[in-house]
Amino acid sequence: MCLFRSQAAICETASNAELGIRNAEFRVRGILTEHKQRSQCHQNVSLAYIPKSAFRIPHDSRFFTHNRRETMSPLWQLTLARLREFFREPAALLWVYGFPLVLAITLGMAFRDRPVEQIRVDIRNDGPGGVAAAERLSALLATDERFAVTVSDQAAVSYRLRVARTDLVVIPAASETVANEFLLDVNRTECVLARAAVESLTLRQGSPVPPPEIRTVEEPGGRYIDFLLPGLLGINLMAGGLFGVGFLTVDMRVRNLLKRYVATPMKRSDFLLSLMLSRLIFTISEVVLLLGFAYLFFEIRVRGDFLAFLTVLVVGGISFCGLGLLIASRTRTIEAASGFVNLAMLPMYILSGVFFSADRFPDFAQPFIQSLPLTALNNALRAIMNDGAGWAAIVNPLAILLVWGIGCFTLALKIFRWK
Amino acid sequence: MTLAIRCKQLVKTYPGKPPVEAVRGLDLDVNIGECFGLLGPNGAGKTSTLEIIEGLLDPTAGEVEVLGMTWKRDAVAIRQRLGISLQETRLSDKLTVREVITLFRSFYRNGLSPDEAMAQVSLQEKAHSYVVKLSGGQKQRLALATALVGDPDLLFLDEPTTGLDPQSRRQLWDVIRSLRERGRTVVLTTHYMDEAERLCDRVAVVDHGKCIALGTPRELIARLGGEHLVEFQVDGELPSAVREACEKLPEVQTLRQESEGYLLTVADPARVLAPLIDLLRENAVKLERLTTRTATLEDVFVSLTGRHLRDGQ
Repeated sequence: MCLFRSQAAICETASNAELGIRNAEFRVRGILTEHKQRSQCHQNVSLAYIPKSAFRIPHDSRFFTHNRRETMSPLWQLTLARLREFFREPAALLWVYGFPLVLAITLGMAFRDRPVEQIRVDIRNDGPGGVAAAERLSALLATDERFAVTVSDQAAVSYRLRVARTDLVVIPAASETVANEFLLDVNRTECVLARAAVESLTLRQGSPVPPPEIRTVEEPGGRYIDFLLPGLLGINLMAGGLFGVGFLTVDMRVRNLLKRYVATPMKRSDFLLSLMLSRLIFTISEVVLLLGFAYLFFEIRVRGDFLAFLTVLVVGGISFCGLGLLIASRTRTIEAASGFVNLAMLPMYILSGVFFSADRFPDFAQPFIQSLPLTALNNALRAIMNDGAGWAAIVNPLAILLVWGIGCFTLALKIFRWK
Repeated sequence: MTLAIRCKQLVKTYPGKPPVEAVRGLDLDVNIGECFGLLGPNGAGKTSTLEIIEGLLDPTAGEVEVLGMTWKRDAVAIRQRLGISLQETRLSDKLTVREVITLFRSFYRNGLSPDEAMAQVSLQEKAHSYVVKLSGGQKQRLALATALVGDPDLLFLDEPTTGLDPQSRRQLWDVIRSLRERGRTVVLTTHYMDEAERLCDRVAVVDHGKCIALGTPRELIARLGGEHLVEFQVDGELPSAVREACEKLPEVQTLRQESEGYLLTVADPARVLAPLIDLLRENAVKLERLTTRTATLEDVFVSLTGRHLRDGQ
């Protein structure tokens, strides 16, 4: 029923302005009946209703005898058809929206940062110093919040050290002039660190100089997820362009649909623009979703110039649309299209620094790798998102993307097989 | 009067080894307001011819005029006035009937409302069904609706009823007839001769890329020699002497051996039956089956294009 409510809400806002509240009521009621009828028609495709209600221009004949907006703009109709087809395909939705999110969650969790530094120290209460010395030491360590102290007997602390539940065992001496005994495994880094920490704290005891003031450096964009997210945006744009334009166009050609469109007075520019426009709309929704998610779960935000960020997204998206169109320009079968798309995508997946930095590849490969469109896109996105860069840093990548985009489009339009 | 379509010496050669000559010098005139049928066996060049006329294929040589205009100069103007249904188009699966028609309507400056187009092909009840859920007949009707929605002066239908059940075929025929009644020109290809005979004012039989016969279905049938056919089957083969005698019987125009016996084309079957039976009895040939019927376009087609299966397609 929440579906209906959102539909009603959309209609209501639109109607209040146009027709007044009274009409809005009628219209909501009308659409409700229509909605019911449609549900009966195909109950198994209920998913279709979300976009239908969201994108549909009302054409209820009870209020609009002839809706000119609906029929007159071929560009809008073609775009609408693309949006509808896409949003009615659950598998496509899953791949485009679900997959990057799952990837971000899994990888983000796997490579998340270490928790706050913690030093686990056990103090024996049955040593030479007995319970009193143990408690004294425990109280001292409690002044530093990094320490997690456990006081216990010999059997317990030895066991805990052996199974690495503690990093250091301290056996307090009988008096303060005699040295405490430390028990540790020197091969474990955390043991060595714990030893140093406890030692410096005990040595500093009674010193007139207060302990150093610690300020942690909050380095933005330093985590793995910070690195990963721009890469995910990049592959989303790439896959969107190559599949959403390339694969789709070949599919239309195989279906004879392209020829059917050409047999109408449809303007070819409208057709191409509708592909772009629908891609733009999908891209915006994908980016908003990914960024929103990244902000909520990982507190990632775009640190640099937001306008530059949008420009990179749009130019990158268009550039991959061009590549997709080039792939589709003469391809006659789905199998060949799939081969070409993968041929273009796989190398960039690996080389262009999506999951790890492209700098890791040897120097002789760098000129090639750096000139790939996905590398340029990822570099630009990372510069803006993580380094807080502005326009100056993205001139190069933007130029590379533009060259790819313009080159692909020019060539694609020249050799495109419409008929 | 301007013609709806005028083709002069149309040639289409597909490059290859060896090159395929799909259309070899085809002449064709279609009048405004008629329903014209393009018949021919598979691979005869029908679809190539049609696509050249539709401006979807460039001819290797020859001239085409559509509604008095040429594709070179007036492509946009012609497109506005054509409605085309291709042989096989799979429209977007996940769009509804209404959405598909609305989309196609948006390409035309003038035309029917989507509702009118749906009504013409009786798809109103399916307005909100996805294309993928339609039956074969409904899909064909939707294809027709997308061709009709621009209210075309000239409509091309490439095998519009192939694969349809008899009900759906008749439903499509009604749509085509009503179009013709409204003065629109329809050009269609079909493999069903009964369909061409019922729907078309004139038909052209195309074979090996050429037009080998042209006229009204009646004219073509009459050109066979006789409008009636006598089919008979005997025990074994007719002796050659008897066969010659058969051909010389009064009224007999031609005699042809078929897989299931013999076929006589005659002007008046009543006057040939008695002499034929007598002749067979005199020569002690046992008659196993005898039927008479009026000739159909199918007989014309078979006699013109032969009975053998074609190589290639």
